[in-house]
Amino acid sequence: MARQGNRLDSKKVNSELFTLTYGALVSQLMKDYDNVEDVNKQLDRMGYNIGIRLIEDFLARTQSTRCQDFKETAEKIQLGFRIYLGISPNISNWSASGDEFSLIFETNPMLEFVELPDNCTNLKYCNVLTGVLRGACEMIQLDITSKFIQDQLKGDNVTELRVKFIKTIQDAIPAGED
Amino acid sequence: MNSSTNTTGITISVIQPKTSILDKPINTKVKHEISINLYALLFSELVQYCQNKSLSVPEFQTKLHEVGQSIGAKLIDINFYREKNGKREIKLLNMLQFIKINLWKNIFGKECDKLERANDDERTYYLIEQESLVNKFISVPKDKGSLNCAIFVAGMVEAVLNNCGFKSTVTAHWHKGTTYMIQFDEQVIARDK
Repeated sequence: MARQGNRLDSKKVNSELFTLTYGALVSQLMKDYDNVEDVNKQLDRMGYNIGIRLIEDFLARTQSTRCQDFKETAEKIQLGFRIYLGISPNISNWSASGDEFSLIFETNPMLEFVELPDNCTNLKYCNVLTGVLRGACEMIQLDITSKFIQDQLKGDNVTELRVKFIKTIQDAIPAGED
Repeated sequence: MNSSTNTTGITISVIQPKTSILDKPINTKVKHEISINLYALLFSELVQYCQNKSLSVPEFQTKLHEVGQSIGAKLIDINFYREKNGKREIKLLNMLQFIKINLWKNIFGKECDKLERANDDERTYYLIEQESLVNKFISVPKDKGSLNCAIFVAGMVEAVLNNCGFKSTVTAHWHKGTTYMIQFDEQVIARDK
C-alpha cells in the first residue's frame, strides 16, 4: 500500500463513482430478475456479504470494544455511516423497550442521480444497507433486522431505516468438538 | 400519502410534490467522498455477481464490460457540462485528452497516467494506468490469467467514446500496469483527417 501523494485521498473515492456503480448494479439486477422482491433480496444478500467483511475494517479502524447496550450499538452504526459513506444519519424514535430505533437519512449519496420509474415502486433501492447492517452485527454476535419505512425516492422527506434488535447470538461449540 | 378529511366529508388527498432529480443542482463544487474500502467491497460484489451469472471467463468479462458501459453512457453529459460548459469535443485527440484528464479526474480523482498511440496502427490508442482503482484489491487466480476487472473501466470509456460519435472498441490488458486499448473504427480516423 505504499503510495505517494495525499494519503487521505488515496483512501477515498468520489461518491459519484460509487453511486453510479451501485446504480448499474441495481439496474443489472432489475434486468436479470423478473420479480422486484427478488432484487430486494439479492441486494440484501450482497449487503450481507459486504457487512461481514466491512466489520473487520471498522473494528480495526475504530478500535471499538464490545458494546454495552443497544444504544451504544446505535452510535457505532452511526459512526460507521460517517466513516464509510460520509453521512451522519440521526438516531431517533427509540422504542420503549430500547430494542428498536430509526436511522433518519436526510441526504444519502446513494440516492444521487436516482429516480425510480413507476413500475418499480416496490423496489427498495437502498436495500443493500439492511444487509450490511445485518452482516456486520452478526459478526459481533448481534442478531438484528432492519427495514426501510420511509424512502425519499418514494416521495418521503427523509429516508428512515428501522433497526430492531432480536437477540444476542450465543457462542456455540463448533460441530465435532466436545 | 397524507389524506385529510374536511368537515363536509370529502376526502382530499394531498400528494406530496416529488422533487425530481432535475430540480437538484448538478454543479456541486463540494465533492462528496466515500471510503475506498466500501467501494472495493461493492465492486467485489458486482464482480462476484457477474461471475456467478456467467459460465466462462469471456462471458464474465463481457458482462462486466456491459455494466461499465451503462455507467459510461451516464458520465458524458454531466462531465461535459461541468468541464466544458456543455461543449462536446469533435476532434479525436481532444476527445482522448478529455477522457485522460477531465473524465479521469472526475471519476478517479487523478489523471490517467499516459496516453499513447500505437506506432504501427493509427487506429489504436492506449490509455495506461499504473494502478487501476478497480484492480487495487483484486488478485486474479492463476487459472483465469487473462481476466482483468479493469474491463469494467474499459466499458465506461467505450460507452463515452461511442456515445460521443467516436465508434470504437475498448479492451483492458495487463501491460505496464493496466492498459486500455482503444481501437477506433476506420471512418472515425478518416473523418478526423
